[in-house]
Amino acid sequence: MENINLITSEIFISLSLMSLLILGVFKNNSSSIVYNLSIFTLFLSLLINLNLFSFNNFYLFNGAYKVDHLSNFMKVLVIVSGIFVMLSSSKYLKINKIFKIEYPILLLSSILGMFIMISSNDLMVFYLGLELQSLALYVLASFKRNDQLSSESGLKYFVLSALSSGLLLYGCSLIYGFSGSTNFDQISNNINEVQYGLTLGIVFILVGLAFKISAVPFHMWAPDVYQGSPTSVTIFFAILPKIAALSVFIRFLYVPFINLIDQWQTIIIFVSIASMVFGAVAAIGQRNLKRLMAYSSISHMGFALAGLAVGTNEGIQSSIIYISIYLLMNLAFFSCLFMLKRNDIYYEDLSDLSGLSKNHPILALCLLISLFSLAGIPPLAGFFAKFYIFLAVIKEEMYFLAIVGLLSTVVAAFYYLRVIKTIYFDSQTEKFDINHDIGLKISLLVSTVIILIYFIYPSPLQALISKIVIL
Amino acid sequence: MNFPILSSLILLPLIGSVFIFFNKSSEKNRAIKYVSIFITFSNFLLSLYLWYIFDKSISDFQFIEDREWISGLINYKVGIDGISILFVVLTAFITPLCVISVISTIKYRLKDFLIAILIMESLMIGVFCSLDLVVFYLFFEGGLIPMFLIIGIWGGERRVYSAFKFFLYTLLGSVLMLVAIISIYWIAGTTDVQELYKIGIDQKYQNLLWLAFFSSFAVKTPMWPVHTWLPDAHVEAPTAGSVLLAAILLKMAGYGFIRFSIGLFPVASEYFVPLVYVLSIIAIIYTSLVALMQDDMKKLIAYSSVAHMGFVTLGIFTMTQQGIEGSIIQMISHGLISAALFLCVGVIYDRRHTRQIKDYGGLVSVMPKYAILFMIFTLGAVGLPGTTGFVGEFLILLGAFKKSFIVAIFASIGVILSAAYMLWLYRRVVFGKIVNADLKNIVDLNKSEKIILWTLAIPSIFYGFYPEPIFNTIDVSINSLIQTYNANLDIYFAGKN
Repeated sequence: MENINLITSEIFISLSLMSLLILGVFKNNSSSIVYNLSIFTLFLSLLINLNLFSFNNFYLFNGAYKVDHLSNFMKVLVIVSGIFVMLSSSKYLKINKIFKIEYPILLLSSILGMFIMISSNDLMVFYLGLELQSLALYVLASFKRNDQLSSESGLKYFVLSALSSGLLLYGCSLIYGFSGSTNFDQISNNINEVQYGLTLGIVFILVGLAFKISAVPFHMWAPDVYQGSPTSVTIFFAILPKIAALSVFIRFLYVPFINLIDQWQTIIIFVSIASMVFGAVAAIGQRNLKRLMAYSSISHMGFALAGLAVGTNEGIQSSIIYISIYLLMNLAFFSCLFMLKRNDIYYEDLSDLSGLSKNHPILALCLLISLFSLAGIPPLAGFFAKFYIFLAVIKEEMYFLAIVGLLSTVVAAFYYLRVIKTIYFDSQTEKFDINHDIGLKISLLVSTVIILIYFIYPSPLQALISKIVIL
Repeated sequence: MNFPILSSLILLPLIGSVFIFFNKSSEKNRAIKYVSIFITFSNFLLSLYLWYIFDKSISDFQFIEDREWISGLINYKVGIDGISILFVVLTAFITPLCVISVISTIKYRLKDFLIAILIMESLMIGVFCSLDLVVFYLFFEGGLIPMFLIIGIWGGERRVYSAFKFFLYTLLGSVLMLVAIISIYWIAGTTDVQELYKIGIDQKYQNLLWLAFFSSFAVKTPMWPVHTWLPDAHVEAPTAGSVLLAAILLKMAGYGFIRFSIGLFPVASEYFVPLVYVLSIIAIIYTSLVALMQDDMKKLIAYSSVAHMGFVTLGIFTMTQQGIEGSIIQMISHGLISAALFLCVGVIYDRRHTRQIKDYGGLVSVMPKYAILFMIFTLGAVGLPGTTGFVGEFLILLGAFKKSFIVAIFASIGVILSAAYMLWLYRRVVFGKIVNADLKNIVDLNKSEKIILWTLAIPSIFYGFYPEPIFNTIDVSINSLIQTYNANLDIYFAGKN
């Protein structure tokens, strides 16, 4: 096997996953050790990945697995956000009494699944990765076993996700039937004309993927699952699966089916516009912050898809920039959410934020920055995310998409402003606890500071991403 | 000149705000007060120095700084010409006054207010200096955040409504401008204003692009019918917020019209002149009439702002030397006078906590010093000869007469109306007998109020009598602007025939 070293981090994660499982089973009260070791594992695999960062266009296992700039970058994004998610949520888990050994192990296996998704160059491998990721997430969503909402969200996610996986598999089989291969490059070589069976297959797979990133009209699960799951899982949901699914989106649309762009472009444009508009409008009525973030993420995924709809390298790159900045903003917001704790109870309602700026000025400022950034107001990072997207969209003269997208940001600004209004303009309530652990503080501080100062020099991220050339 | 003086002007307040942010707040907040006054004042001195070393005899941009920012796409480029320098000085002049006013009137969360004002100053100076459309947009939009907070945190009863209205109106206008800016990038290959002036923008896109820019500037100016956010924002904003809003934020749009609408889209500007005329005339007459009917002093001055800005847009789109110069002087004069008027209202509001005109009357006998200053600014707003207001309105009307007699007639009616509502306001508030018994022991101006108001009164009279320094500065730039404009039109019409 040549080039086996390219999947060192996958191998490393799987091995440590198993050893951690053994450790957890045989040693009493080992949840804390397992948790910290998992963070350490992620950290090591981050180092491994950074080492492999310059490898481009390597194939393994007869072309079924691909290592290139896209996969490297996306994997690093996944690991970094995984580390921050774990750092920020340990106290939440302890207080909610779900600090068990299964939790980090499930997280790790989900991340492993994402790795496989990101690198997959074959429909079967992709499906395997997707299922590994999803199965872990079903359990995580219902991890707060005694909580009715949590169980409900797990079940809901499972049923709908299984349905979408079924559709996705059906799409895979159609594509295999009409093109004679499951390998992305082979498919690309084999198809030379529009075949309706093939288009149908693409549509089915797009439905499955749209479900994973909760794009309209396959978003129904998101608000309930976001609200019901433990917050530590919600933040995971909000960030990681979307990174993985987005990179599969890129690979799936742009490698085998770039010649059929006329067939799928309209679908992506529709899904993108629907998500942007629906996410913005539906969030207005929300009072629960986690639900609000669910709608917000629907709308943000619409923007990321707008970049993909363009059909150029710039479009892809802008989507990747978008998801990177989206990750930071969500991290900042949810870290703030983890700080809304009073006497071991976490608060997640809009009214609980009332007058926060008087009691906790720093926390309020962080929320302010992340919310304005989510709304896309310059000079914060969120603006640049949108800027790159529209730069790509307008280059291809898709003015309708650009204008609808920008108008939807105005609608979306309304609900972000309402949260800010509650924080800054309303009268204060009781104080929250301030004894946060260091991991949470770090993740909040790092993400907020990057959002705030990103505008000073946006080039490094751009330079990194401009290496990702798919077409 | 290698010293990056413009960037220093932009960065200095920002550094000050960072310092204030990290300053441990003591009981009296003495340190942050001094720091903010010191920073804004030294920024003002720096801007005066800039005006002094500014070469008034060339029309090109000066003090240009050009750095790579978003690599391969956009450069951070700042520079000034005769048009922008005055706005930079105006901004740097108004901000210290705001800071003094804030320090003496705001009782809670002073630190946050000072940070917001300093950030505002950075952004506003940035708007007037930027020579790249994206950089401009960044500064232009960034101002929304601190202003939203200023209105929302320290505002009056309906502050939430007003803050939201302000934010969403301006954002809605601006997103279309963003589309236009990005389109320009792909059409012309750059967003560098200097480059764009040279190569011009393809005529077939100009109309749409002009409209997109117009949507943003019209909201910000504000022009009828999208002016409704302004009275709300003014009424609810704290005094310093109103001052910033009236004196500088509104000028961003007027500046934008001159710099971008006329400079970049000459053909479209010519095409849309009638539209601007009609909207300006409606703004002048309609909002003057509305101003006559107001019971709330701040609202009255807010509507008068809309009317005055109507003059400004009218003057700009006469495309004559007189008209545009008049508009710039009108903007500066409005910046000084409306700021002062809002401060005047603030003075009595702080004492009596009401802005209703009917609650006052007869102030002249208890607050003589206040009455004098208020008189000066009232006459300035009316446009009495000897104030800057007169110079501006006179030149605008001159330009308008040159282009269209009817438009000029209507605009002149606005002058009469402005005298009506301002003098009536003054009569009701200051003259007459003291009806309200509480007014008998109202205190006259204190020291800081006197300083602020006189500092505003002196230049508005001085430049009324002697506007030469201003003309000197803007003359060459405007001349070249109009020449390029006419040359572009000639090329266009020659190509058409």
